[in-house]
Amino acid sequence: MVVNTIHWFRKGLRLHDNPSLRDSIIRADTLRCVYILDPWFAGSSNVGINRWRFLLQCLEDLDASLRKLNSRLFVIRGQPTDVFPRLFKEWKITRLSYEYDSEPFGKDRDAAIKKLATEAGVEVFVRISHTLYDLDKIIELNGGQSPLTYKRFQMLISRMDLVEIPAETITAVVMGKCATPVSDDHDDKFGVPSLEELGFETDGLSSAVWPGGETEALTRLERHLERKAWVANFERPRMNANSLLASPTGLSPYLRFGCLSCRLFHFKLTDLYRKVKKNCVPPLSLYGQLLWREFFYMTATNNPHFDKMEFNPICVQIPWDRNPEALAKWSEGRTGFPWIDAIMTQLRQEGWIHHLARHAVACFLTRGDLWISWEEGMKVFEELLLDADWSVNAGSWMWLSCSSFFQQFFHCYCPVGFGRRTDPNGDYIRHYLPILRGFPAKFIYDPWNAPESVQKIAKCIIGVHYPKPMVNHAEASRINIERMKQIYQQLSCYRGLGLLATVPSNATNNGDGNGAGPSSGDNTQESTHITGKPTSALSYSSYNSSLEMSDNAESFCCNLGVSKCFHQPNPLHVKYIPKILEIMQTSPQSNGVDDGSV
Amino acid sequence: MKRLSRECEGPADSCKRARQPAEDPGDLLSNWARLPQEILLHIFQYLPLLDRAFASLVCRGWNQAFHMPELWRCFEFELNQPASSYLKATHPDLIKQIIKRHSNHLQYVSFKVDSSTESAEAACDILSQLVNCSLKTLGLISTARPSFMELPKSHFISALTVVFVNSKSLSSLKIDDTPVDDPSLKILVANNSDTLKLLKMSSCPHVSPAGILCVADQCHGLRELALNYHLLSDELLLALSSEKHVHLEHLRIDVVSENPDQQFHTIKKSSWDAMVRHSPKVNLVMYFFLYEDEFGPFFRDEIPVTHLYFGRSVSKEVLGRVGMNCPRLVELVVCANGLRPLDEELIRIAERCQHLSAIGLGECEVSCSAFVEFVKMCGRRLSQLSIMEEVLIPDHKYSLDEIHWEVSKHLGRVWFPDMMPTW
Repeated sequence: MVVNTIHWFRKGLRLHDNPSLRDSIIRADTLRCVYILDPWFAGSSNVGINRWRFLLQCLEDLDASLRKLNSRLFVIRGQPTDVFPRLFKEWKITRLSYEYDSEPFGKDRDAAIKKLATEAGVEVFVRISHTLYDLDKIIELNGGQSPLTYKRFQMLISRMDLVEIPAETITAVVMGKCATPVSDDHDDKFGVPSLEELGFETDGLSSAVWPGGETEALTRLERHLERKAWVANFERPRMNANSLLASPTGLSPYLRFGCLSCRLFHFKLTDLYRKVKKNCVPPLSLYGQLLWREFFYMTATNNPHFDKMEFNPICVQIPWDRNPEALAKWSEGRTGFPWIDAIMTQLRQEGWIHHLARHAVACFLTRGDLWISWEEGMKVFEELLLDADWSVNAGSWMWLSCSSFFQQFFHCYCPVGFGRRTDPNGDYIRHYLPILRGFPAKFIYDPWNAPESVQKIAKCIIGVHYPKPMVNHAEASRINIERMKQIYQQLSCYRGLGLLATVPSNATNNGDGNGAGPSSGDNTQESTHITGKPTSALSYSSYNSSLEMSDNAESFCCNLGVSKCFHQPNPLHVKYIPKILEIMQTSPQSNGVDDGSV
Repeated sequence: MKRLSRECEGPADSCKRARQPAEDPGDLLSNWARLPQEILLHIFQYLPLLDRAFASLVCRGWNQAFHMPELWRCFEFELNQPASSYLKATHPDLIKQIIKRHSNHLQYVSFKVDSSTESAEAACDILSQLVNCSLKTLGLISTARPSFMELPKSHFISALTVVFVNSKSLSSLKIDDTPVDDPSLKILVANNSDTLKLLKMSSCPHVSPAGILCVADQCHGLRELALNYHLLSDELLLALSSEKHVHLEHLRIDVVSENPDQQFHTIKKSSWDAMVRHSPKVNLVMYFFLYEDEFGPFFRDEIPVTHLYFGRSVSKEVLGRVGMNCPRLVELVVCANGLRPLDEELIRIAERCQHLSAIGLGECEVSCSAFVEFVKMCGRRLSQLSIMEEVLIPDHKYSLDEIHWEVSKHLGRVWFPDMMPTW
């Protein structure tokens, strides 16, 4: 029987560590690698030029690599549900393969395609290779619920089996007798489109700071590892002015598009660490970047509302302000705060900003200054940020706006001070906001405080050539911290005076902690993993976790701590209190997660 | 509700049990309707308003229960515009109904408004109609930008005055970020001096120190007060500590920088001492939003602050002074400090602030050894320890992977620093 196979590229734009592709080739007579340009796929309508260019470069690179194997990439426009039945027929397809997509919309789309395939008699090969682990297994290990704290996640990870080693790269040997029928008019019918063909204006477009593609990704991986080996230091690098700039060893966009396999990166990091540190077991912190990515994929996989506040069971309902004008100023880098504006400018021009820069602008937009919803910020990042995909982007925004994951909200990144401490000289500002070049370091972060004479010399009058600051940061942060406190107090029913205690704790239950401290005498590397009672996001016994509140005023007063006289809200309000408390009440500790005895 | 009516037609056995021997089987269905009002009231109190409203449609008896005054003591009016808020507003018809039928039952009322002026106006409209109310609690809460400040001052004041004059038994008043002024405070005092226990008025720019002093002088039951630093004076502290005055429980002060190089007045140590003598258990909560160089007048003498929050960068030197002069400190939260390690300052705080049980450090630096020392000295009294991961600087004694272990040991529970995504 003739086996004609299609491999469907979505992410996973690579030939190394591509187990679904590799398995698909086994005993196949023909192979066609397909990329479907689906303009209507969730979120893709909000994609900016840098992201399209990156994708197209990835596809060009794939096509070039496939050419070396006497194959080609087939780029097809349309919706998968329309395209596939046609292809199955035309090419007499008997097998379809693709990399598993854990995102809710991905899963729905794939279920539909799988159904079409089965109906057409096409066997389907799906393999996990976009994440380090099978996410469903991690969730299972946690009693069926996604853990909501990073620490708990790390604990579960430490108890999973080792990450699978990367699958072999597709080579001519692997291809064997498998061939790809390529027509003469392949370029016309199935060639990778250009930016112009997609309708983008490319006049004046500067060259890509982050060139797309698997080849580039693998080169960068080598450089990244070289640098780590040379420094022989696997600690988290200290932040300095240089960190803000795009690095030739940066890997995040390549991981997002799948040009670089996360499992390969993991494997190589482990290997290098063992060589340099003489066979020590690597700590989890070594894989920080990869694990954060994994964490967000995992928390998102079963939550189709993950990217919204409303109906999202893990998201605190915060009364954000709707303010399109303010949002536009933030998005376009016209806030009047050079630190914020420079970051947003870099983002728009290049498609990448350092993670601390992300914290700064996210805080500014949401809980720090503008009090605008994280959903808006997420949409802007989706458009501009090369490494932002649905799960990681939404998750990060919820984290940074303190809308989930039990984050303390007291630390606010000052739009003046934070930048100044990171890059005292202000070179980063001068690079991305040339209009402010003339300002001395003393005033470049708060140019509105510069005397007129200084502004004149700098040839930049604040309010004329560069906007005045759009908020008074002291006043804004005062108001906002009060708002956050109100919201969290309502959530945790905490009535005391402490600021820190308003956030439900994610540490282990204090009561049990006394007996179950660090496991006796175990001071090996294993001890970085939680032993004793596992970190539980769910031990809220110290807080009143009732969702419903009686509106009997007297009984309210009895429940109060210090503020005995403060009135109570209407039970109508209950519908805004998220189901987070509901989740809090079901403890997973009895479900297969042991007490940590090593 | 459906379930309840189905239960009335339950299995024959339970019907027999419920039924009195001489009763007509037809009466069974109406037992639920004949539930005593007190029991209905008790049950209804557990239901959210929406469910209660559905219940009120079941029968006349339940409808009457729904409108019992006891169920209308508390209400929170949520006033949002779709263009300016993500959250839904209280239905305008519901508001009308409440004002029509229940305004004189209302005792504990709050208004939550979004950043639009319309919402603040709507709140004032409702306030103006609360003529028959005898409110015990009133809260005006802006959930986003302070829209009450956008209103014409007179409009706001007249609406507020309606409540002040009619209630006469206001015990709890929350009017932060509003254009309330001295004359309206006088009216408040004239009508409610015996009952006022709580007053929160942070960021009310039209009030003067004399205005708040009038409140302190007359309202001897005042137990909780929140205001901005510019309203604080030695006279105020002394008034709150006078013999006639009850013990003060909670004083919250916001110190906010309006313009750079603002000068702040000092409060005499003797005034603070008087306050503590009079109210030994008082909690003094201070929130600072100042530039680093504006801290000159602060922490030069002993100050009885219990909860301290620095919302912007605060210098090493000032934190040193905090260690020296804040013996009653219970919670310290530092948003940012800068890039010099706070080792000595933390150790001093552990030494001298024997009541410290909560500490939060944001953008700061502390060496791991000093941090472990700090935790060791504080021991298990630290119930809240929120340290951003970047704060801890590994040194020759401890690496980042080891430190949480040491700290957990001394705290008696598993502890980790706070993390931020490094993606």
